[in-house]
Amino acid sequence: MASVPYTLDDVHGKSSSYSWERFVREWIITVDHKQLGLMYIIIALLFFVASGLQAAVIRIQLMVPDNHFISPQTFNRMFTMHGTTMVFFVGMPFIAGLANYLIPLMIGARDMAFPRLNALGFWLSLFGGLLLYSSYFAWAGTAGTMNAPDVGWFAYAPLTEKAFSPGTSTDFWILSILMSSIGSTITAVNILATALCMRTTGMTLSRMPLFVWMYCVVAFQILVALPPLTAAQIMLLLDRFLGAHFFDTRASGDAVLWQHFFWLFGHPEVYILIIPGFACVTEIIPVFSRKPIFGRAAMIGASVSIGLISLGVWAHHMFTVGMPSAANIFFTIATLLVGVPTGIKIFNWMATMWGGRIRFDVPMMFCVAFLFQFLLAGLTGIMLGVAPFDWQLGDSYFVVAHFHYTLIGGLLMTLFAAIYYWFPKATGRMLDETMGKWHFWLLIIGFHVTFDPLHFAGLLGMPRRIYTYPTGRGWDGFNWISTWGVPIQAAGILIFVLNVLYALFKGKKAGNDPWDAWTLEWATTSPPPEYNFAVAPVVRSSRPLWDVKHPEDPDWKYEHA
Amino acid sequence: MSTAALPLRNEAQNLDRGKVGLVCLLLTEIALFSIFVTAYLFFIGKSPTGPYPADVLTLPVWATICLLSSSLTIELAVRGLKSGAMGRFQLWMGLTILLGAEFLRQTGIEWNKLINKDGLTIATNVFGTTYYSLVGLHASHVIIGLTLLLLVFLFGLRIPLQKYEHRIELLGWYWHFVDVVWIVVFTVVYVIGR
Repeated sequence: MASVPYTLDDVHGKSSSYSWERFVREWIITVDHKQLGLMYIIIALLFFVASGLQAAVIRIQLMVPDNHFISPQTFNRMFTMHGTTMVFFVGMPFIAGLANYLIPLMIGARDMAFPRLNALGFWLSLFGGLLLYSSYFAWAGTAGTMNAPDVGWFAYAPLTEKAFSPGTSTDFWILSILMSSIGSTITAVNILATALCMRTTGMTLSRMPLFVWMYCVVAFQILVALPPLTAAQIMLLLDRFLGAHFFDTRASGDAVLWQHFFWLFGHPEVYILIIPGFACVTEIIPVFSRKPIFGRAAMIGASVSIGLISLGVWAHHMFTVGMPSAANIFFTIATLLVGVPTGIKIFNWMATMWGGRIRFDVPMMFCVAFLFQFLLAGLTGIMLGVAPFDWQLGDSYFVVAHFHYTLIGGLLMTLFAAIYYWFPKATGRMLDETMGKWHFWLLIIGFHVTFDPLHFAGLLGMPRRIYTYPTGRGWDGFNWISTWGVPIQAAGILIFVLNVLYALFKGKKAGNDPWDAWTLEWATTSPPPEYNFAVAPVVRSSRPLWDVKHPEDPDWKYEHA
Repeated sequence: MSTAALPLRNEAQNLDRGKVGLVCLLLTEIALFSIFVTAYLFFIGKSPTGPYPADVLTLPVWATICLLSSSLTIELAVRGLKSGAMGRFQLWMGLTILLGAEFLRQTGIEWNKLINKDGLTIATNVFGTTYYSLVGLHASHVIIGLTLLLLVFLFGLRIPLQKYEHRIELLGWYWHFVDVVWIVVFTVVYVIGR
């Protein structure tokens, strides 16, 4: 195996003394894409813990019928903060962090296209999150209203109007998300400019890693799908502060308009979150199957079509508001259509594994769990995409189970796969395999114990967001079991935290390329030096490191320009 | 790997990241305006009480002429800068700023009439709500553009701007975008909605 081709050994300066100045340079004023990427991931994990605790409180409240563990008002704030945090301050920063850390390394660049803008995006995201949580300590407002938002993560009008949500908590919700949306937009601009303009010599678009390709689709979606939310929130602010009537139903405003604008953002947002998961899986499965990805061009085509079709399916979240038949038919068909490119991807991942020499290390285990669980999530998604089925089960726990299957069973699995896979690159040390397997199995079992029963509670008519329920409706057992999944998942997460702490100080040294992988980030040291590559790498195929390692049989012999 | 049969080139170097970044920004701006335009179209004719558009709106012909011709003047300014004629650059740049400012003044006059004479505010009815938000969103973009143009103009009096020619060209793109959006706003508010 060839040695590391693109680094210098001696210039990576290590100043040993720790000082206040160094802290400021590394953690406050940094514009380095790797440092910002890690900072994004760190804040995502911190918000993940906060939001996970809220979820635990929700499950305890719902464990038994007629429970009064918390008050109804607190319950409303819990699910609002849980949903908002998970989407905007866990999911979005995490995917932004992965993009920042990996894209320049994968395309052989020195940094993102706009490093200072990148830092601005990070700080906006962080302070957006802090603004949301500061609502807990905020002036309580008039009319005995509570602090912390309590309008649900999609904040339907006219509940959010001043008349029904006095006080300041809703304003905290609006402003914090507006702020983080600007951060996300900045990230999207940066991703596209980086991928289009910063590639190293020979890295044509057709040789660009699929990870970067998929992030380009995500960036496009952020650019066109976040503005509807931003616009709707500006309108809501105008309603609340200047007496405008966009969503004010008493003065010919329209509450359903909010739903359209929100889901015009909200549905693409689902893909904005899951496509980065696809991107990670697409890098990891080939390496652990010892085969190039199956159907590379089809993969790109499928990603782009998901990106486009997902912009036209939003109203499947609104079947129950009563739309005209034509709209129901259109959105049903469009929703079912998204299943086609998604199916192509699942097929391609399976075909990559087929006949491969599979290594079941922890990253691969998470990928396989993702394939299985995301397939199930997709199937319940198709069920809910059919309008008459949705009339029956819309806003039930079946929906809750469905989207937790996509986001935990799907996205979270890929994010953990990504952490186990790229942690050695970022820190120079391996995460422990044994602890990783405990983490994996506890999380998987806990996940299924929590969310499988909720499908049945939903089918039996349990509506989402209810504070408590009377006994005798057939929901008791499912809810009781579901809550017992929480400590199992929590134990898994705890082992993960211990694993990270252990690895940071005592972990096995990783070396530059612990997985024998093929993309450029493994061609530099772990962790990479500030300049990434001492010599700009030259790329001749979509697996540049394979070419370096196997000069007798390089990929470019078989790939077309 | 030194005997590569395939041609090696850096195709990325042909693309300018400033341009790509600005086009991305404009794409997201278009999406933002689309939502406000959609809201405007959706609420046409839905105001339960007056004043209605036909009663109070008049075609802002002079303001439109000012704004659209400022697209021409900024183009001439950028061309002047590119050919090194700083005097020409300053002249056309100054004229662009005056035209933009006159557009804003006209908007101010119109809003003053609507509020104080016709009694139409953002809280009066959904026409007022959508009118002020859409026209105001556009006007706020004019203000941002005008601020940047003014900064460039003032810097140009002190330091040589040839070095920043590229950035000023991108500012010109933004200004053209603001003009194109006005054509849409004009059509929606004063032609379709009246």
